[in-house]
Amino acid sequence: MTGQILIRGGRVLDPASGLDSISDVLVTNGAVEQVAANIEAPEARVIDAHGCLVTPGFVDLHTHLREPGFEQKGTIATETLAALRGGFTTICAMPNTNPAPDAADVLRSLRERIERDAQVRVFPIGCVTRGRAGKELAELSELAGGGCIALSDDGSPVANARLMRHAMELAAALRLPISEHCDDPELSHGGSMNEGSVSERLGLPGQPAAAETSAIARNIALCEATGARLHIAHVTTARGLELVADAKRRGLPITCEVTPSHLFLTEAAVFGGEAEPAYDTNAKINPPLRTEADRRALLAGINSGVIDAIATDHAPHAIEDKLCEFDEAAFGISCIETALGCVMTLVDRGELELGAAIRALTAGPASVFSFPPGTGTLVPGSTDITIVDPAARWTVDPASFASKGRNTPLGGTQLTGTVRAVIINGSVAFEMEVAGA
Amino acid sequence: MLELRNPEAPASPAEAPAWTRKDLLDTDTLSNAEIQLILETAEGMREVRNRPVAKVATLRGVTVITLFYEQSTRTRASFEVAAKALGADVVNLTASGSSVEKGETLIDTIRTLEAIGADLVVMRHGKSGAPYLAARNTAAGIINGGDGTHAHPTQALLDLFTMRRHAGDLAGKRVVIVGDVLHSRVARSNLWTLLASGADVTLCGPATLVPRTLASQVSELGRCTVTTNLDDAISGADIVMALRMQKERQEKGLIPSLREYIAGYQVNARRLAKARPGALVMHPGPMNEGIEIAPDVAHGVASVIEEQVANGVAVRMAILYLMATARRP
Repeated sequence: MTGQILIRGGRVLDPASGLDSISDVLVTNGAVEQVAANIEAPEARVIDAHGCLVTPGFVDLHTHLREPGFEQKGTIATETLAALRGGFTTICAMPNTNPAPDAADVLRSLRERIERDAQVRVFPIGCVTRGRAGKELAELSELAGGGCIALSDDGSPVANARLMRHAMELAAALRLPISEHCDDPELSHGGSMNEGSVSERLGLPGQPAAAETSAIARNIALCEATGARLHIAHVTTARGLELVADAKRRGLPITCEVTPSHLFLTEAAVFGGEAEPAYDTNAKINPPLRTEADRRALLAGINSGVIDAIATDHAPHAIEDKLCEFDEAAFGISCIETALGCVMTLVDRGELELGAAIRALTAGPASVFSFPPGTGTLVPGSTDITIVDPAARWTVDPASFASKGRNTPLGGTQLTGTVRAVIINGSVAFEMEVAGA
Repeated sequence: MLELRNPEAPASPAEAPAWTRKDLLDTDTLSNAEIQLILETAEGMREVRNRPVAKVATLRGVTVITLFYEQSTRTRASFEVAAKALGADVVNLTASGSSVEKGETLIDTIRTLEAIGADLVVMRHGKSGAPYLAARNTAAGIINGGDGTHAHPTQALLDLFTMRRHAGDLAGKRVVIVGDVLHSRVARSNLWTLLASGADVTLCGPATLVPRTLASQVSELGRCTVTTNLDDAISGADIVMALRMQKERQEKGLIPSLREYIAGYQVNARRLAKARPGALVMHPGPMNEGIEIAPDVAHGVASVIEEQVANGVAVRMAILYLMATARRP
């Protein structure tokens, strides 16, 4: 990549290196050459970043691209474009596709599609069990050799503890982390939202918090027994987070993530804001939106650093998947384009600390899986940069999403903070059109 | 207009509060005035039902479709009789044998019924919230005839009508609802109308079948308590409502056995003796006699269970009348 880009006058915030100063960033020939005040580069294309944050490109540990198998919901092309517009330059593709990447050939084919269509860096996550069915192990060493970044059965938790133990033993030897949706399917059985006051009010079957906490406890015990790297996907409960924090204090190789949806919303979103219940299927996700007390604990977890990452769990769906009875509706929110807006709105409200929030989008997730050096940091040699306007107010309009998934409960919500521009491989991959410019 | 001889029946439009809702989905957002309007209109309908020819032509030209995704005897029949007693045309649809079995979505079905000319659709559905989805997607008026474990507003209104006829003003009266409260749409809809009427509500059942948070959620609306002890709850009660106990609750491990349930929660003569003299016994039906209610109590002097069914027709006539009339330009 030839040519120069000069990002002028922004607040450069790189939690990985501890950098936080008003500086210029000079990108030359595909990589950051210099971060300093008042850089002179007369030939460079200038991006005026006054009032903006200049951060490493965001890293998402948990994205659903839907391809192959569910192209009506999203494709690698559409969902990676959505990721780009959301400020994410590195994403991890969850394996709930059809076929699922449970062996080398499926993984190879997936990587070819990614090579052809992806707008950002995509790292596939392979299956723990064959077909994500929870019965037999997937071809774990093939998957490791084929370049997957982690293992997960995604939304199908490995219910059988013995199978999970063996998966962890093998994954430890392969140095592959396992990302686990911690849920006891017998306890959460049939639940379509959090079990609590709203589910009781609406007569909907609920998933108790204990379904998550008991599974987290089990998986921590297996992690301790096997030495595998365990990543707890989307923690949603205060008690579950306490278990993770305790395991971390004891030095276990455990990390965890939280979604912007669980940071921003509670179970009340299912009811909606009116006197009459909305039964909003766009607020139906798995694990479910929890209570305000849980949300506050998750916010505190980001601020303290106990939670390593904000991961989107971006889950695009077709209209018909959500325009139906609540119990019948698919789980998931299309949120990769609203993630930054939610996070910065929480910063604006004083609920999240800016540095901690940016860490959880960059350095935090970059350290969870074994990404290439330079991922999630902004130092000379880095290639991916996201420029954020932290003050811009905007209203969520699902029709304007790049994602095929318009399934968000945030339609019409005003958020603070937008992605102004994204640089990948040292060149401008996305730049927001500024009115009047 | 309806030819009403009862002077207490709907007053002239200028005085009576008007019905303005397109749909009746639950009792939770009904105002006291709306509840009162339904009950007063139902009194007039009860009078119509007692005439030698228990039928009027008020809703001639109105099409009422009953759309039942779950089986029902009394609710569907009650609505059909009510609509026909007002002169409406009634079409009955069930999910089996219809386009629903061919995979048609709820929204498409409702829009099809609207296109056919349905003014009002009475809908029963196994999924909580389904009538809300339907109501948002059609200009037809939706009447919730029971949705999942959520709401059954017409049952609650006929229950309230029956209670008022016997117990008068419910303010300060103690009403015990006993059984599988957690999964009962009848209990939930009754809670709203009872609290609006000033009654003290006790929800009673095994710990696995009573709500944990509902009582605290409604604390601003009135007095609601939850208990697992029926003997305590029934002491001094003015009204005791037993709910249907579904046998599959045992299979799902929610109760050890029906035997144990009967021992702890059956409404029987021994327990009823602890209630206030003249206390009413109610049941939304269909009953499992010998399980949630003893046969001698179900058919005893305190029971108004059959009257509930009879009043159901009058209350549903009132609802159909108010909703259909509100739709006229």
